[in-house]
Amino acid sequence: MAKSDAIVGWKTITFGCHVLEPGNTASFRTGDWRSQRPVLDKEKCIKCGMCYIFCPDMAYDQTEEGYYECNLFYCKGCGICAHECPKNAITMVPEEG
Amino acid sequence: MAKRVGIEVSIAIAEAVKLADADVIPAYPITPQTHIVEHLSELVANGELDAEFIPVESEHAAMSACCGASAAGARTFTSSSSQGLSLMSEILYIPSTMRLPIVMVVANRALSAPISIWNDHQDIMVQRDIGWIQTFAENGQEAVDLTLHAFRVAEDRKVSLPMIVNIDGFTLSHVIEPIEIPDQEEVDKFLPPFKPRYKLDPRKPISMGPVGVPEVYTEAKVALDNALKASKRVVLKAWDEFAEIFGRKYNPVETYRTEDAEVLLVTMGSISETAMTAVDAMRDSGQKVGLVRIRLWRPFPSVEFRKAAGKAKVLAVIDRCLPPGAVCGPVGEELRSLFYKVPGAPKIFSFVAGLGGRDVTVERFEEIVDKAKAYAKRRPKELYEVIGVREK
Repeated sequence: MAKSDAIVGWKTITFGCHVLEPGNTASFRTGDWRSQRPVLDKEKCIKCGMCYIFCPDMAYDQTEEGYYECNLFYCKGCGICAHECPKNAITMVPEEG
Repeated sequence: MAKRVGIEVSIAIAEAVKLADADVIPAYPITPQTHIVEHLSELVANGELDAEFIPVESEHAAMSACCGASAAGARTFTSSSSQGLSLMSEILYIPSTMRLPIVMVVANRALSAPISIWNDHQDIMVQRDIGWIQTFAENGQEAVDLTLHAFRVAEDRKVSLPMIVNIDGFTLSHVIEPIEIPDQEEVDKFLPPFKPRYKLDPRKPISMGPVGVPEVYTEAKVALDNALKASKRVVLKAWDEFAEIFGRKYNPVETYRTEDAEVLLVTMGSISETAMTAVDAMRDSGQKVGLVRIRLWRPFPSVEFRKAAGKAKVLAVIDRCLPPGAVCGPVGEELRSLFYKVPGAPKIFSFVAGLGGRDVTVERFEEIVDKAKAYAKRRPKELYEVIGVREK
C-alpha cells in the first residue's frame, strides 16, 4: 500500500486492503528511508548509464544534457550507483538533520 | 420435492456443493475428509458438476489455490482435517482479511502425536483466530444445510468472508443417515450467483494482498474484526431465509430442556445428541439439567448465549480439546470471559472430554453434571478437568 494512502481509519481503509488504483506505488515516497544520498561529479561522469541500470529502485532518470540524475523522492540511499560507477563520479554524502 | 435418502454424510456434503454449483475445488485428501473431495472429483470427472477440480500437492497449496480462485471471482470450496488443516495454517489468515468468501468443510480430527485419525476439536481450535466465520454441525442433515448456508453467508456482499463448517470426523463424516437432499430449484432460490465486490480482472486491474505498513496494518485487522462481528446479522438472516425455503430453522445457540434448569451442559458438534439423551435420563431422575449447544462459534453469539443460559446457576462446559498449559479449554475460556463480573453469572466449570475419538457416553455426561454440582458447593483445585482419564 502506498504511503500516500496510509493515513486511513478502519472504516475508510479499502475493502480487503486492496489497492484499487493500478500503479500507485509511484506515489510511495521511499526517499525518506535514506541516510545518505548520491552526489554526482559531472566533471568525471561519462554518461555511461551504469547508475541507471543498477539502481534497484529505478530512481535514476536521464536529463536533457544526457547526465543521469537521481530522484530523491524514491532514492533509498543504498549506494549501489556509487559502487558501480566506473569513474567514481558518484559520492555518497550523509543526510543531515 | 426434496428427497429424503439414506446417504453417507460426506457424500451428502459433496452433493450439497454440487447443488451450490461450485466453480473451483482445490483439494488434498486426508482422513476423515477424503470421501467429500473424492465424491466431488467424481462429480467433476463424470460431468455432473461443471467445475475445476485441482488435485493440489498439499493442503498449503489447496488453500493458496482457493485464495487465487476466489480472488478471480470463482465460487470456491475445499475441505480438510487435522494435520492437513494445520498445514494450511499459514494461508488461512489471508482470505479473511482479504475478504475472499471461500467455503471449507472441516472434518474435525485430533492432532498428532500420537498419530490419531479420530475425532475431537483440537485441529480447529488451533485455527480459532483465523478470522473465518465458523459453525459446528450436530448431524448429517445439519452438515448439508450448513454447507449451503455457508455459501449464502460467505458470498453475501455485506459479509464477503471465508466460512468453515465443522463436522465431527467419522461420527458424522462416515455415518449413513437419512438426509433430505434439497432440490436444485430450491437451492437456486436460496443461493444467488456469486457476484464479488472486487475480483482480479485484467480489464480493471487492482492489487490484492499488498504489504501493510505499520500505518495501516492495525486498521486492516480491525476492519476484519468488525466485518466478522457484523456478519452475524447475515448469518441469522440467511438461517431465516433457509427456514422459509427448506422448512428447517437454525439458531446460533440451541437449547434443550433448559427451562428451570439449574445445571446446563454446554457442547459443540455431534456429542450434543448424546448429551440430549443424558439430559432426558437426568430429567427422568428429577434433576434440573439442560443443554446449550453452540452452533455459531465465530463470530461468538454473546447475546444469544447469555439468553440461552438464562438463570442457570452452573455451566458445565465441555471442550473436545486439551489446552496444555492454559487455564482451561477454549470454549471454557470463552464463556468465563463472557460472564466475567456479570451480575448473577453462573459458576462455570470446564471439562475436557472426547479426545482422539474417545466416546463421550451418557454416563460421562452424568458424571460431568455430578462433578459440576459438587464443584458449585466446593471449589475445585484445578480450573479444568479431563474426564475419563486413567491414572494407572
